[in-house]
Amino acid sequence: MAYSDKVVDHYNNPRNVGSMDKSRTDVGTGMVGAPECGDVMKLQIQVNSATGIIEDAKFKTFGCGSAIASSSLATEWLKGKSVDEALEIKNTDIVNELALPPVKIHCSVLAEDAIKAAINDYKTKQGAPVSAETVS
Amino acid sequence: MSKPIYFDNHATTPVDPRVLEAMIPYFTENFGNAASRNHAYGWVAEDAVEKGRKQIASLIGANSKEIVFTSGATESNNLAIKGVAEMYAEKGNHIITAATEHKAVLDTCKHLEKKGCRITYLPLKGDGLVDLDMLRDAITDKTILISIMYANNEIGVIQPVKEIGKIAKERGVLFHSDAVQACGKIPVNVIEDGIDLLSITGHKLYGPKGVGALYVRRKNPRVQLTAQMDGGGHERGMRSGTLNVPGIVGLGAACEIAQREMPAESARLRALRDKLRATLEANLEETYINGTMEHRLPNNLNMSFAYVEGESLLMGINDIAVSSGSACTSATLEPSYVLKALGLGDDLAHTSIRFGLGRFNTEAEVDYVAQKMIDVVNKLRELSPLWEMFKDGVDLSKVQWTAH
Ligand SMILES: Cc1ncc(COP(=O)(O)O)c(C=O)c1O
Repeated sequence: MAYSDKVVDHYNNPRNVGSMDKSRTDVGTGMVGAPECGDVMKLQIQVNSATGIIEDAKFKTFGCGSAIASSSLATEWLKGKSVDEALEIKNTDIVNELALPPVKIHCSVLAEDAIKAAINDYKTKQGAPVSAETVS
Repeated sequence: MSKPIYFDNHATTPVDPRVLEAMIPYFTENFGNAASRNHAYGWVAEDAVEKGRKQIASLIGANSKEIVFTSGATESNNLAIKGVAEMYAEKGNHIITAATEHKAVLDTCKHLEKKGCRITYLPLKGDGLVDLDMLRDAITDKTILISIMYANNEIGVIQPVKEIGKIAKERGVLFHSDAVQACGKIPVNVIEDGIDLLSITGHKLYGPKGVGALYVRRKNPRVQLTAQMDGGGHERGMRSGTLNVPGIVGLGAACEIAQREMPAESARLRALRDKLRATLEANLEETYINGTMEHRLPNNLNMSFAYVEGESLLMGINDIAVSSGSACTSATLEPSYVLKALGLGDDLAHTSIRFGLGRFNTEAEVDYVAQKMIDVVNKLRELSPLWEMFKDGVDLSKVQWTAH
C-alpha cells in the first residue's frame, strides 16, 4: 500500500511521543482500541485549569502507520486549543489532512475517540458533569 | 546489496538465470506445438516436454508418465481435488483437509461442499502439525481423499507426510499433498511418502510463473481423475490445452538444478536462517517463533514481535521485502488464518513477520535485515502503549479494552 507523504512524515518523525503522570488532576488520559484488533491508542492532555487551554499533549500508539500518524497529528492539533475547541476535532479532519484511504478511516475514528476519552477523563477529574456527547 | 532485499521467497522466487537460458530457444526457434506429430517442429517440442517431465518426476521419485502439466499449483490442487471428488463420487463424498491449507485447497473444498461433498477441516496442534489420531478418527467409509500440504507457506512447518500416507493406504483413501513449498527445498519422494497426488509449481523453485504439474499415481493404486478442462485430450485426457513448452522446459530445468543443489543449498539457507533467528533473539526480548522449529523448511522463519503491529513494522523496513500476518496487510482485515489455527491470539498474529530466504540471499543481507529489524522494533516499542504497560508489569490480558 502506498502511504501519503504526511503519513510517512508522522511515522518517521512522530510528534509528542511520551507519557504523562495519569494520576495528576490536570492530566486527562484516553486509551482506546484493543490489541486483538491491531490498534491501541493512548492519548494524554495536560490542561491549564484556570484557562481551560490544553498546554501539552502526548501519545503512544500500537497500530499501523496510519494509526500512528492519526494520533501524532491529534496531539499537534490539541496543543493550544481549549477543551471545548478540542471536542470539535472530527475524524474526517484527520482523514483529509493525512489523505487516508477508505480502509484506514477506522484509524481516524480511533484518534477522535481517544481525544474524547482524554477530555472526558480530565473533566471527570475536575468534577465537572460529563455530557453524554463526550462519552465515547 | 540491491534493495529492496528480497526475503519473501515463499510468495515467489526469481527465475534462475540457468533456467531462463534453457527456456529461451523454446520461445523463438523451437516454437513448435508438442502435439504436432508430423513435422520436426512438433518433435523438437515434444522431446523438450518429455525431458521436462523426466526432470520433474526425478525430483519427486515418480515415473515421468505420472506427470500432468498444468498452469500452476492452484490448477493442480483444483484438478486433484475436484477430479477425485467427481471420479470417485460413487465410492463416497467425504474429504479430509486441514485448516492451514492454502486457499487453492480450502476454497476448492468449499466449492465441493456446496455441491454436496462433506469436508472435514482438521484443526492443527499448537506447533502447526496435524494430529494423526484426529486424522484417523475423521476417516469414515465415505472418505475418498485426504488433502494435506507437505509444508506450509506461512510457517514452513513440514507435516508428517509419511505417516499420513500410511494411514491413507491402510484405510483405502487417496492422499493428495500440495508440495509447492517443499519441492526442491527438502527431499520429497512419492513412493516413500505414500502420496497419490502431488501439486507442484514453477515459480516457488526458481522456475517461471504460470506452469505447474500434478503427479497422478499410476500403480498401487492407479488413480483416475475427471478432467476439469474439456478440449483436445492432452495429458492423457486429464488436462486439455496446448502445452506451455518454454514453461515446461523451465520447470524441468528448475527441478533438475534444485535436485542437484539441494544438499548444499538447504544447509546454507538453514545456517542463514538460524543466524537471523539467533541475532533477533539475542537482541530483542518478547519475540515468539510461530510453529515448531523441529519440522520446518530450512529457509523459513516466522516470528512475532510482541507489542509492535506488523504493518507499522513493514513500513519501517521498507527496503526489505517480507510479509506479515497482520490484518492490516490483508484485504480481509483479519489476521492470518494460519496463525489463528495454531491457537495464536490475534494480538500476536498482528505482530508476526514471515521471512522466506532463497537461493540468491547472502549473509550480508541477513546481517542487514537483522539489524534493521532490531532498530525498527525498538523504535516502535518506544511508541507502543502496550510495551509501556508490559514494562510496568501490567497484565494485558486483564485490561478492559474498548474494542471497536
Ligand atoms: C502452498 C501453496 N499452494 C498453492 C499455491 C498456488 O500456486 P500457484 O501460484 O502456482 O497457483 C501457493 C502459492 O501461492 C502455495 O504457497
